[in-house]
Amino acid sequence: MAENILSKKYKLVVIGGSAGSMEVILGILAELKRTLTLAIVIVLHRKKNGESLLVDLFSSRTSLVVKEAEEKEKILPGHIYVAPADYHLLIEKDFTFSLDFSEKVHYSRPSIDVTFETAVDAYGESLICILLSGANADGALGVKKAKEAKGLTMVQNPEDAEVSYMPAQAIAIAQVDLIVNGAEMGAIINNLSIQ
Amino acid sequence: MITDEEVDWLLSDLLEVYGYDFTDYSRASIKRRMSRLFSLDRFPSFAEFRFKLRNDEEYLKRFVEEITVNVTEMFRDPTFYKVLRTEILSVLATYPLIRIWHAGCSTGEEVYSMAILLSEANLLHKSLLYATDINPSVLEKASRGIFPLSQMKQYSENYIQSGGKRDFSSYYTAKYEYVKFHEDLKQKMIFATHNLVSDRSFNEFQLILCRNVLIYFDQHLQERVFSLFDYSLESLGFLALGSKETLRFSTISTNYRQHSSKEKIWRKIS
Ligand SMILES: C[S@@+](CC[C@H](N)C(=O)[O-])C[C@H]1O[C@@H](n2cnc3c(N)ncnc32)[C@H](O)[C@@H]1O
Repeated sequence: MAENILSKKYKLVVIGGSAGSMEVILGILAELKRTLTLAIVIVLHRKKNGESLLVDLFSSRTSLVVKEAEEKEKILPGHIYVAPADYHLLIEKDFTFSLDFSEKVHYSRPSIDVTFETAVDAYGESLICILLSGANADGALGVKKAKEAKGLTMVQNPEDAEVSYMPAQAIAIAQVDLIVNGAEMGAIINNLSIQ
Repeated sequence: MITDEEVDWLLSDLLEVYGYDFTDYSRASIKRRMSRLFSLDRFPSFAEFRFKLRNDEEYLKRFVEEITVNVTEMFRDPTFYKVLRTEILSVLATYPLIRIWHAGCSTGEEVYSMAILLSEANLLHKSLLYATDINPSVLEKASRGIFPLSQMKQYSENYIQSGGKRDFSSYYTAKYEYVKFHEDLKQKMIFATHNLVSDRSFNEFQLILCRNVLIYFDQHLQERVFSLFDYSLESLGFLALGSKETLRFSTISTNYRQHSSKEKIWRKIS
C-alpha cells in the first residue's frame, strides 16, 4: 500500500455487490464511523422489488443517513445512497444523480459498471471503487476505468467472497490497488475519510 | 468511449443541422447512450460517426431513437393505475369531455392501458387521448396497436394487479407472434409528434401523464417542461409522473397538492 494511494483526497465510495455480498455490505456499514466525510453509493444486484426494505436494513447497521438515491439529488458527504431497484444509477459531473431505465447491462439493472463508469467521469481520482462477491462480470470494466483515472480500487479477496467470479473478473482485467477480505473494508474506508 | 468534447460536438450538430436540442438532457445519460451507439454501429472513428450523423437523415432517425430511451410497458407500476381507476377517474367522469395528454408516450402501451381503464369505467366514448412523442417512429408503432405476444403474460398480470377484472385477452386478437388491440380502444386516440424541449402548449387538459421522460432531463429543462404542463392543465386537473420523478423541487409545486403520498400524482389547486 503506497502512501499516496491512502491519502485523504477521496470524496466518494461506490460499492458494487451481487450474489453473496449482502453480509459484507452489512459488515462494512456497521464499522463506519459517525464522522465519516466520504459519501457512499451502494449498487446491489437484486430482484425487482423490496428497495425500501433494503434502506431499512442498511439503516439498522449505521447511524449515518441511509436513503434511496433520487434523480437530480445532490451527493452529500457522510450520506449513504442506495441505487433503486430496476434503474441504472448515473453520477453527473455536478455531483448529482440521474436515473436511467435503459437496457440491462450484464443482465443487471442497476448495473455496477454504469455507476462506476459515470462516477469515474465525475470524481476521477477522488473516487474509491469497491467490488464485492458475485456471479457476474458486472463491475470489472468499471474498476479498470477507475484505476486508469487514478481512483482507488479495492476488490474483495475472491477466496473470502461467497461467490468469487465477480471480484476475480476485476482482478483479471485491472491492476487492482487493494485485494482484501470483506471484514477489513470498513476500517480501510474509515481511514480514508478526512475525519 | 466518446469524450465530453465529442458529446458537445454531436449536440451542437443536432441543433445546428436538424434543430433537435438535446443540450439540456442529463449529460451522463446522453454520453452513455452516444457511446453505446458508437460501438453498436461499429464506426471506425468518431469522425465517421459525426459525418454520418450530419449528412444522413436516415441515420438521424436511428440516432434519436437510440439516444432516447423508449422502454415502456402496459400497466407499468400497477398500483399507479389502480389509483387512477379508483380515485381519479370518478373525478374526470364529471366532465362532459375528458381530455388527456400522454407526453412522451413512446410506443403507446401507456395510452392503450388508459383506454382500457376508461372503457371499463364507461368513459372512453367521451374522452380524447392525445399521445405525443419526439420520435415519429415510436408513434407509428403506437398508432398500429400491435404488440408482441410474448409480453402479454406480464401485461395481463399488471392489469389484474391494477384492479382489472376482465380477461385481458378479450382486448386483443392474437396472430402469430403479435397481438392487435381492438379498434374501438384506438378510436379516441390522437397521435402527433411534439417536442417537449421546443414545442408549445396545444390544448388544455384535465389529466397530463408524463412518465419516465423527465428523468432524462436536467433540472433546468425539467423546470421548463413543468411550466409547459402547468400552462396546459386546467385548474383542478391532474399531473402524473413516473415512479422516480417528483414535482417537489419545481417552482410550480406551490400550486399543486400531491394526491397520495405513494403515487406520483399531483392536483392543480390554483
Ligand atoms: C421511457 S419512454 C416513456 C414511455 C411511457 N411514458 C412510460 O412511462 O412507460 C420515454 C419517451 O420520451 C420520449 N422523449 C424523449 N425526449 C422527448 C422530448 N424532448 N419531447 C417528447 N418526448 C420525448 C422518448 O422518445 C421516449 O419515447
